[in-house]
Amino acid sequence: MATTTRGWLLAESPASRLQARLGRSYRMVRALLRNPLAVLGALIVLALVVLALFAPFFATHNPYVGELTDRLKPPSDQFWLGSDELGRDIWSRIVYGARITLTIVLLVAAIAAPVGMVVGAVSGYLGGWTDRILMGITDVFLSMPKLILALAFVAALGPGIENAVIAIAITSWPAYARIARAETLTIRNSEFISAVRLQGASVMRVILRHILPLCTSSVIVRVTLDMAGIILTAAGLGFLGLGAQPPLPEWGAMISRGRAFILDQWWVATMPGFAIVIVSLGFCFLGDGLRDVLDPKSANRQ
Amino acid sequence: MNAISLRNVDIAYGDTRVVEDLSLDVAEGECFGLVGESGSGKSTVLRAVTGLAPDWTGEISLFGQPRGKAIDRKFAALCQMVFQDPYGSLHPRQTVDAALSEPLAIHGLGGADTRVPEMMAACGLDPRFRFRLPHQLSGGQRQRVAIARALMLKPKILLLDEPTSALDVSVQAEILNLLKRLRREQKLTYILVTHDLPVVSFLCDRLAVMRQGRVVEVAPVEALRHNAMTHPYARELVEKSANRVSA
Amino acid sequence: MTAPLLEVANLRVRFPTPTGTVEVVRGVSFTLGRERLGIVGESGSGKSLTGRSILRLIRKPGEVTADRLRFEGIDLLSASEWQMRGIRGARISMVMQDPKFSLNPVMTVGEQIGEALAVHEHLPRRQIRSRVLEMLEAVQIRDPQRVFGLYPHELSGGMGQRVMIAMMLIPEPSILIADEPTSALDVSVQGEVLRLMNDLITRKGMGLIFISHDLHLVSQFCDRILVMYRGRIVEECAAGELDRATHPYTRGLIASVPRMDETRAELPVLDRSQWEQA
Repeated sequence: MATTTRGWLLAESPASRLQARLGRSYRMVRALLRNPLAVLGALIVLALVVLALFAPFFATHNPYVGELTDRLKPPSDQFWLGSDELGRDIWSRIVYGARITLTIVLLVAAIAAPVGMVVGAVSGYLGGWTDRILMGITDVFLSMPKLILALAFVAALGPGIENAVIAIAITSWPAYARIARAETLTIRNSEFISAVRLQGASVMRVILRHILPLCTSSVIVRVTLDMAGIILTAAGLGFLGLGAQPPLPEWGAMISRGRAFILDQWWVATMPGFAIVIVSLGFCFLGDGLRDVLDPKSANRQ
Repeated sequence: MNAISLRNVDIAYGDTRVVEDLSLDVAEGECFGLVGESGSGKSTVLRAVTGLAPDWTGEISLFGQPRGKAIDRKFAALCQMVFQDPYGSLHPRQTVDAALSEPLAIHGLGGADTRVPEMMAACGLDPRFRFRLPHQLSGGQRQRVAIARALMLKPKILLLDEPTSALDVSVQAEILNLLKRLRREQKLTYILVTHDLPVVSFLCDRLAVMRQGRVVEVAPVEALRHNAMTHPYARELVEKSANRVSA
Repeated sequence: MTAPLLEVANLRVRFPTPTGTVEVVRGVSFTLGRERLGIVGESGSGKSLTGRSILRLIRKPGEVTADRLRFEGIDLLSASEWQMRGIRGARISMVMQDPKFSLNPVMTVGEQIGEALAVHEHLPRRQIRSRVLEMLEAVQIRDPQRVFGLYPHELSGGMGQRVMIAMMLIPEPSILIADEPTSALDVSVQGEVLRLMNDLITRKGMGLIFISHDLHLVSQFCDRILVMYRGRIVEECAAGELDRATHPYTRGLIASVPRMDETRAELPVLDRSQWEQA
């Protein structure tokens, strides 16, 4: 049975649209699995998702309320990663913090990537004045340091997790616009684009159905690699007190509060730090692996 | 009636004029060859007719209707083009099915599930190829897909830009036969741009020889077969093609 | 004829793929004297790989084996990479299809041709310059002084290919391998470039391997022809006797080319199943 499913997926001549699509995904997954680092990255990201989804199941304590008698306990059987200055279990807070991190990351990706891609593709395809104006705006955003710009936005909008997401999204779309524009420039004069234009396709249709699908893979790779940066920016905002507000267990904010005790109670700041590092690395590994699988330039070699 | 007629057409790319004062008439049902060496402007003529090179002046009309510079659906349904490079003219992420359904979707026509296999059969494509991606096809098969795609809208005119010059000779023969058969079956009008004179001799009724953006001679294909071209450059071109190494 | 310049016996080129090893050249044998040998085949026939494997230009993970691959008594397969560097360019050179990709875009024509000479022979600057100018003249470039200082993008296709030929012939190699040297050129230039190559080769008594997909061209330009199909030599004949070819593939190939005075209603198409049981 297993072998026949595999044969069906790898068939040279798929019999239906569905089979062709599934076969393509299966080949991609197989290529990804051949890269051990990518597998490690995927496992870390998967673990993050599972932790976030089933946080109540993995947490051993209430992440928001602690006994003051238990404050600043070192790692032990009771508090796996120790407890903080209010006696809250750090492990449980990290588990619930995964939800916040994941939300930020997904929201930013869902806002920034499509906006960037559309801006880049429109700019590259239409060229001329449209291109100059759109790329001018993009360059203005690109030229400012991410965290500073995000800080300015949060300062204007007021602290809070939603505003942090908006601020990070606003600062990260220009990179995707640049990538999408570069890709568009290389394909806009190709014959297959001329061919759809000759069929009478509208500009929107050419961009959405024929150009964007070719930009997605490089953008997906870039987004995955940027995830680490997004997490760090979010943590940075949290650390400065402009991101998630107490008592939300945001990892950056946790580090910030642990800073006061870093010499005597090192675990308070270090444990969420580990969480950030591990998750960032996971996304980096996954992004690297995805690049090898998705990038059309490397796919040609197969 | 003339299927295509060009009157005093000048075509420019940026500041350089590529084609000057070109006038041509192609009758309905005719196959017209446009030959010349690289840089003679022969492909540019096709790009101007299709609207891909909109920087032209003069008059281009199809079946008596003057043509504007934009590409619209009405024009698309009347006139389609097949490109030279079968590796570049198909979207690398689209299956054969998607490539052939797209023209129908653009024009809001249904029936892709019957029309696509029909057209594939007409162009000699095995039904097994329907959900394959271009990189799983050979050069000849890709060119068949490109021809099928151009015919999905049932156009009356097909513009062929070096359709076989990137292919092996044995595959070229298959594609040339296919083009000849399709023209007969679907009563198509062709303009064939090529540097390969024997291909013109096989497929065309009349030909024009271009040099540096101008037509130097228009002749029936018999003149080519019997070496009866009159313009010195046309004669030279025929001679060199027929006998490439005279040493 | 004296001892052959090049002996090739049972040459095989393999590439590993995820689904198993693919053999692209499958047991090719031939010898080359001071003559013009044409290798004809369609894409995927292994003709270019045959040419490249003689110079050991097949990249990893490709693998080349042969019972014999000897050039003037040197075993090319066991020669060290250092020895090969002395052979490539100096004693066996290669002209590729498109001069645009084979010339260094940031070096002038003169420097590039001179470098081919400087690497293999140690000559004073001035002498190199005069040899280069001489060579440019030999390939019929009208104003050698001017062309010497041009960059590759300033050359037309025909000129670029002439520069390539000059560069390959200046160290006076014993064998020239020309892989589709004129396919990227217009017909009017093709003839000149080929005639030029022909003159230089016969004058210097070199061996030529001319690789092309164009049977017609090869038959006019070579002494002997090998027809390759799917990695094997299916036909070997003297160039003048092409019309007496026996293998169905060769015959099919000849028939499928349209002629200038074409009157056939349909071109014959190769029926590959006929000989493909092997």
